Amino acid sequence: MMVVDVIFYAFAAVTALAAIGVVSSRNQVHSVLLLILTFFSTAALFVLLEAEFLAALLVMVYMGAVAVLFLFVVMMLDMELNELKEQAINHLPLGLAVGGVILLEFVVVLSHSHALPAAASSIPNTLAIGRSLYTQHLYPFELASLILLVALVGAVVLTLRERKSGAKRQNISQQIARSRSEAVELVHRKPGEGA
Amino acid sequence: MSLHHFLVLGAILFTTGVFGIFLNRRNVIIILMSIELILLSVNINFVAFSHYNNDVNGQIFTFFVLAVAAAEAAIGLAILVAFFRNRATIDVERIDTLKG
Repeated sequence: MMVVDVIFYAFAAVTALAAIGVVSSRNQVHSVLLLILTFFSTAALFVLLEAEFLAALLVMVYMGAVAVLFLFVVMMLDMELNELKEQAINHLPLGLAVGGVILLEFVVVLSHSHALPAAASSIPNTLAIGRSLYTQHLYPFELASLILLVALVGAVVLTLRERKSGAKRQNISQQIARSRSEAVELVHRKPGEGA
Repeated sequence: MSLHHFLVLGAILFTTGVFGIFLNRRNVIIILMSIELILLSVNINFVAFSHYNNDVNGQIFTFFVLAVAAAEAAIGLAILVAFFRNRATIDVERIDTLKG
């Protein structure tokens, strides 16, 4: 058994166990933290597959952004978890049945496929991705940025809450749009008269 | 370490994700996390095939899957926050206003 195999089995075991922990944990914060562990060990597996760029992307985007987003939402919403969890046991047989069927299908498909030999690439991974992304897949790349923009604006619109009308707040556009004529008034007074 | 090893791991993760959706049918946050697991298993398959076929296009596709998954998570959680603010619950079985 080679060192690479040992590393693969170690990270694959961590990935699978953490994923099972995500769906079966009683505490949602633990679920999110196990999700982060799943992403991290998957990033290690990507490094084994010589996909360093995607490994870095997974660590930065998923562990840095998406998982923290989940953590924020889990901690922001306080739900009665016990009530939700008690009901979960009722769905266990159905979940096991559907999961078992899907796993059986995977086993059947995988046992009929044949293995490919690993091919060595000549250029660095990030260079290859960059070349392909900025030439052949330029329009899909631009479209992906548009999707992220829509998600950004959509998330803000969905969660933005208008305050009650009585509350005092700053209206920045109104402040900036003020001109000198409506702000100051020049008044001529004779000396000794007072204001 | 062959292609099969990664495909088996992807299958295990996918099954775990589907199982999680059924097990936690009432909690939207866990359902969203299960969907993330399913997308991750798909990504593992893409990257494994990309490596063993020596074709970078699989990794490009993974890149797009990551972008869409990030957008999906952001929008899903925003909807969740907005819903929780209105109804004070995220129980899926109580999200039935449109049922008629």
